[in-house]
Amino acid sequence: MGLWQTIAKRVGYGLLLLVAVLILNFALISIAPGDIADTIAGDMGGADASVIEEIRTRYGLDRPFYVQLWRYLSRVALFDLGYSYFYNTPVTTLILEKLPATLLLVFSAQILAVITGTLLGVLAAKKPNGAVSLTVTFLSLFGFAAPVFWTGILLIILFVSIFPIFPVAGMVDVTVEGGFFVQALDVLHHLILPMVTLASIFLALYSRLARASMLEVLGADYVRTARAKGVPERSVYYKHALRNALGPVVTVAGLQFSAVISGAVVVEAVFSWPGLGTLALQSILARDTPTIMGILFFSSLVVIVVNILTDITLRLIDPRIKAG
Amino acid sequence: MAKTTASAQTADQESPELKITHPLSEMAAMFFRNYAAVAGLVLLVFIIIFTFLGPYIHTTDPFEMVWAPFTVPGEEGFLLGTDYLGRDILAAMMVGGQVSMAIGLAAAVISVVIGVTVGAFAGYYGGVIEEALMRFTEFFQVLPTLLFSMVIVALFGASLLTVTLAIGVVSWTAVARVTRSEFLRIRELEYVAAARSGSARDGYLIFRVILPNALPPIIVQANLMVGSAILFEAALSFLGLSDPNTMSWGQVIGSNRPYILDAGFAVAIPGFAIFLTVLAISLIGDGLNDALNPKLRQR
Amino acid sequence: MDTDPLLSVKDIVVDFKTRYGNARVLDHVSLDVESGEVLGIVGESGCGKSMTALSIMGLVPDPPGKITSGSIKIAGIELVGMDLDRLRQIRGKDIGMIFQEPMTSLNPVFTVGEQIAESVRLHENAKPKAAMERAVEMLKAVEIPEAETRAGAYPHQLSGGMRQRVMIAMALACRPRVLIADEPTTALDATVQAQIFDLLQDLQEETGTAIILITHDMGAIAELADTVAVMYAGRVVEKGTVDAVLSRPQHPYTKGLITCVPHLEPEPPVERHELLEIPGVVPAITELGKGCAFAPRCSEAIGKCEAEKPQLLATGKAHFAACWVAQQEQAR
Repeated sequence: MGLWQTIAKRVGYGLLLLVAVLILNFALISIAPGDIADTIAGDMGGADASVIEEIRTRYGLDRPFYVQLWRYLSRVALFDLGYSYFYNTPVTTLILEKLPATLLLVFSAQILAVITGTLLGVLAAKKPNGAVSLTVTFLSLFGFAAPVFWTGILLIILFVSIFPIFPVAGMVDVTVEGGFFVQALDVLHHLILPMVTLASIFLALYSRLARASMLEVLGADYVRTARAKGVPERSVYYKHALRNALGPVVTVAGLQFSAVISGAVVVEAVFSWPGLGTLALQSILARDTPTIMGILFFSSLVVIVVNILTDITLRLIDPRIKAG
Repeated sequence: MAKTTASAQTADQESPELKITHPLSEMAAMFFRNYAAVAGLVLLVFIIIFTFLGPYIHTTDPFEMVWAPFTVPGEEGFLLGTDYLGRDILAAMMVGGQVSMAIGLAAAVISVVIGVTVGAFAGYYGGVIEEALMRFTEFFQVLPTLLFSMVIVALFGASLLTVTLAIGVVSWTAVARVTRSEFLRIRELEYVAAARSGSARDGYLIFRVILPNALPPIIVQANLMVGSAILFEAALSFLGLSDPNTMSWGQVIGSNRPYILDAGFAVAIPGFAIFLTVLAISLIGDGLNDALNPKLRQR
Repeated sequence: MDTDPLLSVKDIVVDFKTRYGNARVLDHVSLDVESGEVLGIVGESGCGKSMTALSIMGLVPDPPGKITSGSIKIAGIELVGMDLDRLRQIRGKDIGMIFQEPMTSLNPVFTVGEQIAESVRLHENAKPKAAMERAVEMLKAVEIPEAETRAGAYPHQLSGGMRQRVMIAMALACRPRVLIADEPTTALDATVQAQIFDLLQDLQEETGTAIILITHDMGAIAELADTVAVMYAGRVVEKGTVDAVLSRPQHPYTKGLITCVPHLEPEPPVERHELLEIPGVVPAITELGKGCAFAPRCSEAIGKCEAEKPQLLATGKAHFAACWVAQQEQAR
């Protein structure tokens, strides 16, 4: 099966998953206690019985379940996720505004974790009983056991009271003026601590995985072949072995992506990062159901897209992988 | 070839000393040979004693304001200081630990029950059932677990029950995958094939024949689930999505969060408690893995 | 000897640290290979054949293994203790190696053309394009049809025989002076085995490369090799010209190996074992006693065999054996 066919198949399947997410969304709202019309009315600033009745008719809440579901799905197909009365903005607009900040955080942390984790794993595999190996072991214990918000708060305490070189809250400094480049640098400056915090959890996992994977690959016959034909050790590790060892790391990194988003929700809260996580928290506290449902939908969409990208990457790394 | 001969020889030489031991005591011996795991076990026992017996010795009410806010640990007789409301943090650590661990355990049980059921049926029946169940699992993997549980808590209200359910319901996918792959492996073994070709009923085969043999990796996974459920609960409480009337470690952190620059300890201490507990659990997990998977051990 | 042989292995000792103690995997192994010569090394699994090859390549897995003492020289240059950078220039350039498992010996994520070309790039400073051209040339030389297309194939797209041809092409790409072939056909079908041996023979005649052919196939030795070394439990127990060793085997172990192969009849015929196999198994290397390692399986063993290790001594013209019985007969 060709690459394009695989992609088409994966995209089709991804769309099915998205519909499933929407149905789940809808089902959750329907079985949740409380009347949606009441909530909407409450968001609009209170209303009497006749207004609530009108809301019921307007939103089709008096129609049968499947009609409501169908209307919901067809609206989402046009990227209409409803209206947030709390923010007085369409949910899609609201989310698209916050999405870039979250994507920046999530992707930069994931890339940082994959690259440093892999490097650490390779170094550790060179000396299975050496110092780097020990570091990887400790790191993986720490990465699993340390609550991400705790790590973040410790970093904040460290960088506020001891080394005040990084900003610990927000994404931009409004007092910074200048062209695009200066603004971008400012965002990067703000990004460092949240990114490192989020990466710390996954860095531990990937380094341990890369170490195990490298150790296995280094014992393979083709590594011996490479040495037998005089390939320099550096190239044995980083070309012949690493390319083969990357498969498991990429697979797991893909699977972990939804966990990275979960982690980002907490990290955003710790560092007041103005992304989807912060929005989600605010809308939950404000009982803004359309927004929180929209966020769940959009984050699933991101995970699905990343899964497809992971599949493609895996096929590029390893020619043996057939469409699956 | 030379190696097998060597080990066979050694086994022969040792055989007079070999006693027939119960498999459980053999596993225990294997577990106790892993010093890190033993340290984890000791640590966990200590934490359990601290949280469940501690309140009988240190009887301060964790909800009551006992002194000025943000008393530094060690001063005025407060070993761990006081929080933003002047409440004793030591007392909060004890009572909060009970809740954290109870929720962690209960949520892990829920996710293991769901995961084992889904994985067992998928692995045992195969075909369309497996396909459907694994797609279902994949669907749950796509949803970011924390966001999903936040939605559940937001819609159904924050109580101990909903928080526990919300954690359990979103985090069973790993257990399902492990269970399924074990079932796929075991159902091909000869004794299962023999039982299947006989008149044994599916339920009997799944729960009495295959499941007991699939348990080792499930136990290891379940142990880790307790750790991640504790972390999960802490994250939810930190975000302010826990039962406001109960105290848990995460909740102490969440409520003191606005004041981290004035009193970092009020946040660092409960965070450290969570860290130690989960660390202990994962060390135990490594030991269990060694003890329960003899094949891995020999590598 | 006036001139150095092309490859000279002298008194190599390799030790492995194991849980059961130190294992002497190679015990004072000495071999010489002249330019253009084919040396066969035979013996059962675990006798040290492959370890001899790995020692020459400097690829003894360390840890747990280590070359404890001895000397390996190629064209007079000492390889033991040589620093890795220089050794690497010799690997693949002066000495090429083919491994037993063509299925796993090629890197699955690179095309076979790239893998052959890499060797050329490393040792001849060739530009990628020139290196790839050489790779295609080599694929033609090992009789792979449609070499240009196949150069772009990944290992998993080729059959086992094809992959072993690729391995040979890779090992010969830089025209090495010595080619070590470690059981190159064991993993292949019988018909493919013959093809690979034919190919090796043709290439040897064409290029004049010396070959160390490691095998347990006495038939292949008879057909391809000029000289042969028989190994048992980490020692060379007999060596000499193929003619001498196959027609007048001195060591009981060699006799046993030869009678295992039906069409190789030594003159005069030695007594055949009923099942055409040598009784017993190779002892574990950790439990070797002080006597001859073969003594427990040997039908001709005398008291001295259990007590003292025999040395490899001449028993005829260009013929050596490490056997008390053979040496006593010689002395008589």
